[in-house]
Amino acid sequence: MVQKLDRLGLTPSQTAGPYVHIGLAPEACGIEKPPFPTLGTEIAGPAAKGTRITVRGRVVDGGDLPLRDCLIETWQADAAGIYPGQQGADPAVTGFGRFPADFTSGEFSFETVRPGAVDLPGDQAIPPHISFWIFARGINHGLHTRMYFPEDNLSGDPLLARIEHRDRIATLVAEARGETEYWFEIRLQGAGETVFFDI
Amino acid sequence: MTGALFPRQAGLHPPAFTPGYKTSVLRSPQRALISFGSGPSEETGPAFGHVKLGEHDNDLLLNHARPGQSAIGERIIVHGRLLDEGGRPIPGALIEIWQANAGGRYRHKKDGYLAPLDPDFGGCGRAITAEDGSYVFRTIKPGAYPWPNGPNEWRPAHIHFSIFGHSFGQRLISQMYFEGDPLIARCPIAQTIPDKEALNRLVAALDMAETKPMDAIAYKFDIVLRGRRQTHFENRLEGM
Ligand SMILES: [Fe+2]
Repeated sequence: MVQKLDRLGLTPSQTAGPYVHIGLAPEACGIEKPPFPTLGTEIAGPAAKGTRITVRGRVVDGGDLPLRDCLIETWQADAAGIYPGQQGADPAVTGFGRFPADFTSGEFSFETVRPGAVDLPGDQAIPPHISFWIFARGINHGLHTRMYFPEDNLSGDPLLARIEHRDRIATLVAEARGETEYWFEIRLQGAGETVFFDI
Repeated sequence: MTGALFPRQAGLHPPAFTPGYKTSVLRSPQRALISFGSGPSEETGPAFGHVKLGEHDNDLLLNHARPGQSAIGERIIVHGRLLDEGGRPIPGALIEIWQANAGGRYRHKKDGYLAPLDPDFGGCGRAITAEDGSYVFRTIKPGAYPWPNGPNEWRPAHIHFSIFGHSFGQRLISQMYFEGDPLIARCPIAQTIPDKEALNRLVAALDMAETKPMDAIAYKFDIVLRGRRQTHFENRLEGM
């Protein structure tokens, strides 16, 4: 016999379902006067330092249909690579975004500032990236991925170094559409399936 | 100070591909997830402790009701604590909920179920956990509702929960069920959870002690998120 590890069992995940907007994006589903304002609508306020960018994209299922009922949440560092809450962070950056896909086209779109590279202990750094968390009807556990930028050298990224099938890294890199606009398509299944993480 | 997030407990969350829940078939990644230790991008996270809550944000009986009215249905209190795996309370964390009304109808433009909307019920609420990790909502017990997964499929009564801890890597969305509901065992969504004991953790217990006599029945629902390692003896890789 040994002592018991007094760890609690985790609460398991369940799908967000088709009516997730009621709780997390009420205006999107026709609730005109929600009891409180929607969170995550502004990642970087007007005073935020750095280059303002627009990210658009969509989440596509294994039958090549865009998800029109999904939500994405994003989390990122400020232009200097400092996360909100850390010392020296840009006070105009919340870092957090929450955006519903359009009910007709399935497109999501948001404005932010281009994040900086995030320093790691030692000489390493994570190239600029935005973390994505995707949830919807039919997704049993929120899917975690990252968007990197096509202009950056990604060779030093310790997480990407873990990906054995090197051609899959391209699924994490947004496509440039003009100077400050990016397109990020997330494919849930099949050819070109986006890399998802368990971190 | 705390360090890396504990790895997710294996086999606890539902797998992505669960054919009994048909929508998951085309929405499930087929390639394995890439596992990695957490870093700053996962260990930091949005903070909501400062969000100013309205008086009725956690009171679904009133937060969409006309003056002098309240939502129709069985009045309930849902309360519990937000903890990490080590049993430590998680204070200042945001919990958001949404649910159907007492007839099983959602206030959502995509819900066409024939049960009527309740003019005094919106169906969403939010709370920030207290110092001891506790939270409380007042609402009505949602009704079961049919859904087109099979020819005659009914969701057990449930409340959807969205939970933030202190790290983006702790993010969780789940559903709370009610003790004694015979539909839980028949529900393809509840049954996506492979571990029976883990599913039981989503079933709130009737809590007579917290029940307000002649007013509202209480249910207790504790939520446990991933914990974080202690930072003693954190080393860099050899040679760095
Ligand atoms: Fe539901």
